Amino acid sequence: MNIVVLVKQVPDSGSERKLDPSDNTVARATADNVINEMDEYAIEEALTVKEAQGGEVTVLTVGPDTATDAIRKALSMGADKAVHVSDPAIHGSCAVQTSAVIAAALSQLEYDLVLCGAESTDGQVSVMPALLSERLGIPQLSGARKLTIEGSMAKIERQTDGGYWEVEAPLPAIVSTWDTINEPRYPSFKGIMAAKKKPVETKTLADLGIDASTVGLATATSKVVDFAGRPPKGEGVKVADEGDGADKLVGYLAAQKIV
Amino acid sequence: MPVRRLVPTQEAADLLDLTRQLARDELAPRAAVAEAAEEFPRDVFRTLGRAGLLGLPYAEELGGGGQPYEVYLQVLEEIAAAWASVGVGVSVHGLSCFGLATRGTPEQQQWLPEMLGGELLGAYCLSEPHAGSDPAAMRTRAVRDGDSYVLTGEKAWTTHGGHADFYKVMARTSDDGPRGISCFLVPADSDGLSADTAERKMGLTGSTTATMRFEGVRIDADRRLGEEGEGLSIALAGLDAGRLGIAAVATGLAQGALDDAVAYAQERETFGKPIIEHQGLGFLLADMAAAVETARATYLFAARLRDAGQPYGQQASIAKLVATDNAMKVTTDAVQVLGGYGYTRDFPVERYMREAKVMQIFEGTNQIQRLVISRALARGGTPTTTVVP
Repeated sequence: MNIVVLVKQVPDSGSERKLDPSDNTVARATADNVINEMDEYAIEEALTVKEAQGGEVTVLTVGPDTATDAIRKALSMGADKAVHVSDPAIHGSCAVQTSAVIAAALSQLEYDLVLCGAESTDGQVSVMPALLSERLGIPQLSGARKLTIEGSMAKIERQTDGGYWEVEAPLPAIVSTWDTINEPRYPSFKGIMAAKKKPVETKTLADLGIDASTVGLATATSKVVDFAGRPPKGEGVKVADEGDGADKLVGYLAAQKIV
Repeated sequence: MPVRRLVPTQEAADLLDLTRQLARDELAPRAAVAEAAEEFPRDVFRTLGRAGLLGLPYAEELGGGGQPYEVYLQVLEEIAAAWASVGVGVSVHGLSCFGLATRGTPEQQQWLPEMLGGELLGAYCLSEPHAGSDPAAMRTRAVRDGDSYVLTGEKAWTTHGGHADFYKVMARTSDDGPRGISCFLVPADSDGLSADTAERKMGLTGSTTATMRFEGVRIDADRRLGEEGEGLSIALAGLDAGRLGIAAVATGLAQGALDDAVAYAQERETFGKPIIEHQGLGFLLADMAAAVETARATYLFAARLRDAGQPYGQQASIAKLVATDNAMKVTTDAVQVLGGYGYTRDFPVERYMREAKVMQIFEGTNQIQRLVISRALARGGTPTTTVVP
């Protein structure tokens, strides 16, 4: 079982995040960059499948040179090798363009299963599995809270607001995972030391046979045209309890259409 | 104030990232509740062991991480910043493995991987009720009987007493003063070994401290580390490293107190502005920050001497003295910054203050540290300059 996990480095959602005012893209250079949290669940799932069925786990990322930190984290958790697509021309690419880059990189790898987080905490577009499914002609099983591999079939429980759907598809397939699917392991110091020796292949757009003019901000299908800071917190509403506090609170929540 | 660190390698940087992640996710959320309930978090040591954090300064061929003290101590500091009792426990556990790693035979060292991996927890028995600062006054005896030793006596202030899987014990094998003491590794399930009711302490209540009672405890002779009579030198050699461990733990505790005090001072307003902008408290916080960084720089210098193979005993004592006295001052001032709230148990700073106090006492009281330092001064010497590649 060859598994490829798509990993993205994102600004830490727990720290201050900014857009670069010069081109309205995510300010990655000044951010506290971390591995996308949801991707850690995908890595854990890949390692679990590998431990049960054997095979190899490859990490694939598209991102600037600093994304090596995210790769090292994935390798220290136990992934076997990594492919890092890095090319200045990719800067500002939209999801559609990025999917072309990832699809081209995947086409150069052998895989039975592609795993990724259900969303990234920076863009939150959540369309990558669908875009890759279309480009690669393989089924997508999105939003998994449980994954089972039986022979040549992948079965998931797709998490929904009201419960779950059971969905299955033949391999190779792409599966995206929510944070309900497992509890990601911590790396160990042994894993950190081992990661140093694991192969990381760096590829450019030229290596993938992609014309640089088809990606990047200039030809992106979507871009941020304007942004504004969050409005400052208001004064709030103070409710004095004169024996009718509960009624006032419920009235307020109802007026806000919260209840 | 975010901590700034220098480390020699990328893997050390990744190791510190891992430590912070474990501290944030596994230690910090549990510390206050466990300390209040006086519960020893045995499972935390397994988690840290599996992550490889318990054997960092030991050689890789022994099952350790092969890290310099400069790196290991900064890991310890990060652990203690989240939970001081666990930081102390990691330091003590490391110390309990020290004699085996440095003086054990290859056969004895086969026990090490399980110890360094955290499956087995260690404790260290040196002090006795009447012999703390003067360990050579100890009375616990180990009498040779064929292929065994029989240990009789009591050992006070044993961290992890009653929870540990093995005890590194110093006991008297002859009446030849400091040269009559030998070192043994005693399994916890030995007949005749028991722990008294745990001490009711002022702080570090998540770390168990108990007197261990040896009532004719028979152990195989191959559990003696080093030769007969070498026990005190084994114990004292470990103490220098242990003092550095406590210096790092105290620095972490102080950093945690500083972080909490700064966060509070940025939020809390009086007279229309955050209290950190009032010079009286701003300067108090500045002195706290200076004290924390002084402690860190001091223990790191001692660690670098050790890593360079240089004598470092005097610097270890200076680091222990400076870091623990500074931690006492910083945690006391953190209570002051939080005012009345700081004096309540709803905020952690009063706990930090209680935890700091014992750090001036254990691992050699700060009076003993001054004794070590002043004796070194009396011996004199010449300046040295060592080139570190």
